[in-house]
Amino acid sequence: MWQPTVNTMRFGMRILSVLVLLAVIAMGVVLWMQPGALPVNPNAVPANPTTQVIDLGEYLARAGDCVACHTTPNGKAFAGGRPMATPFGALYVPNITPDDETGIGKWTAEDFYRMMHTGVSKDGTLLYPAMPFASYTKVTRDDSDAIFAYLMSVTPVKQPNRPHELQFPFNNRDLLLGWRTLYFKEGEYKAEIAQSAEWSRGAYLVQGLGHCAMCHTAINALGGSSESKAFEGGMIPNQNWYAPSLTSNREAGLGNWDIKDIIDLLQIGASHRGTTYGPMAEVVYNSLQYLSDDDVKAMAVYLKALPQRDSEPPPTSQARLVNPAMMETGRKVYAAQCAMCHGDEGKGNPPAYPPLAGNQSITMASPVNSIRMVLNGGYAPGTKKNPRPHGMPPFSHILNDNEVAAVVTYIRVAWDNRGTPVAAAQANELRKLLPE
Amino acid sequence: MSISVKHASLAGCCRAVATFVVICSAWPSLASAQNEATPAFKSVDSIEARVQGCVTCHGQSGQGTNNGYFPRIAGKPAGYLYNQLVAFRDGNRRYPPMNYLVAYLPDSYLREIAEHFAKQRPPFAAKDTAPADAATTTRGRSLVAAGDASTGIPACIACHGGGLTGMEPGIPGLVGLRSNYIVAQLTRWRVGERHAAEPDCMKRVATRLSDSDIMAVAAWLSQQEAPKNPSPESSNLVRMPFACGSQR
Repeated sequence: MWQPTVNTMRFGMRILSVLVLLAVIAMGVVLWMQPGALPVNPNAVPANPTTQVIDLGEYLARAGDCVACHTTPNGKAFAGGRPMATPFGALYVPNITPDDETGIGKWTAEDFYRMMHTGVSKDGTLLYPAMPFASYTKVTRDDSDAIFAYLMSVTPVKQPNRPHELQFPFNNRDLLLGWRTLYFKEGEYKAEIAQSAEWSRGAYLVQGLGHCAMCHTAINALGGSSESKAFEGGMIPNQNWYAPSLTSNREAGLGNWDIKDIIDLLQIGASHRGTTYGPMAEVVYNSLQYLSDDDVKAMAVYLKALPQRDSEPPPTSQARLVNPAMMETGRKVYAAQCAMCHGDEGKGNPPAYPPLAGNQSITMASPVNSIRMVLNGGYAPGTKKNPRPHGMPPFSHILNDNEVAAVVTYIRVAWDNRGTPVAAAQANELRKLLPE
Repeated sequence: MSISVKHASLAGCCRAVATFVVICSAWPSLASAQNEATPAFKSVDSIEARVQGCVTCHGQSGQGTNNGYFPRIAGKPAGYLYNQLVAFRDGNRRYPPMNYLVAYLPDSYLREIAEHFAKQRPPFAAKDTAPADAATTTRGRSLVAAGDASTGIPACIACHGGGLTGMEPGIPGLVGLRSNYIVAQLTRWRVGERHAAEPDCMKRVATRLSDSDIMAVAAWLSQQEAPKNPSPESSNLVRMPFACGSQR
């Protein structure tokens, strides 16, 4: 049997090194002659188109905040089951994981687009408008397909849907035909030629996946929101927070805000003009903090450019008259409990402590949010760009109704604020509610 | 006096006095009238300023306030406090004011808040004023110190420490809590409203307690003097009567 000797091995090695050297030279020559063929990063894994679509879908699902409703607190993602309290009874959000029996595993991209675009489920049932299909109808087919691809990629969860508990007559889905006639206009977003690409992108996100109108447009007795009143603000049913008007500079209208502050409010959750709490903090936490800087800026550009209109005239000087004793109580409470963070002049220390002077959300017609903050306090959402937010403590156990009303009145009229006084009964009403 | 109390942990007496003087001159109103439940801090970019959301109920240093129910959190093990914050955020422990406050805070920040309050060593508040009758007190002391072998109830001190100051990393101290808080927690545990990580040892204990046992334990615990060493004991798995998920 032939055994390699040291000599033959040395000879082999020599041949091998010559060959390797030649190969390297040849490769160098080829690359030198064809510089375009040199890969930028020889270790890079070529992008997989499927992965790219799923990644895009995940991003868009964030923009649509699907997870917020389709997941129970601490439950499996997208497995549904979360009760949504509505004025008409409780709806139980369905499982949208790709489980064949209990989820949407047997759906096609076509079924999914039809649901998003028309509010009609795979089996033909009409969806209740708690699913914001009046907004999602604006989503493009490509984006809908990407979201579907992403949902198909998440872990399937076997969890049967729970039947809704709606009161008569709202448990009859045929009524939805009437609702749809009144409040639903089908159609993808069409870019406006007169506007910039950035504005259009913002409009697409705000009107479509962002479904901002679900809260920021008043909901009427039928649970519909009128397009002519888009973004004019309203109470959020069953959450008892007031979603301020985005079109009124007296509320959350952003006409006189710097773009930077709008971006910060949306993406960070706190800005030099104001801070998000309650339902808007949830939106920032679950959705907006994940959007790209470009997309958030586009939303800010669109929101800032919304036409300004006020649904009601500013309060008369008569309406702003405050009982001097109440003002004095408010001033004392403010000095003792609030001035440490918000300052004697109400300037705050933004973005840690929001300003109260000149803050539209303090002086707007509805005092609900201010009263709730005094009663229950609140933390801004912990976001990627502000992971350690400052927070305000509850005062419900320290201040009585009269003191709450007095201090809210004080911040609504002190400095140059031009709000109206608040009655103790309003504080009492909100005190009865559980914080959420 | 609130301010001197706040700085009792500072190394030198002189330094404490100096700080006190500085604070008095900066915020005279603080030094005169306000108490530990009022917002106060030195620098906006500090953990003290960030946890102002806690102080009206739990006090500036987590020592609790005069206001009824709210528990002392200072000096409880960081692991315990962190588990509670996460449970409040995720809805596994229900108390709406807490669920609301921490709903949108990330793990890393909740950990930092927990570690902050775990490090605090403020003085203990005055104990509950209404002492229970002698039989209740005797029963309470006996359950805390020895348990009840006939019903399989282990002694509280077996897990919560000889000084009842808790055990690292996940078992809370029991001194400095008021009886209504202790009664509420034991009752919630017994009926399944409050849980800990599985295996849930506290559930095994609480379901063996009768109503009168709970009243007795709470009454006795709330009457205890401040411990000489308020720090939790170090982890000591060998001695524990039940396996506890929160100790892993």
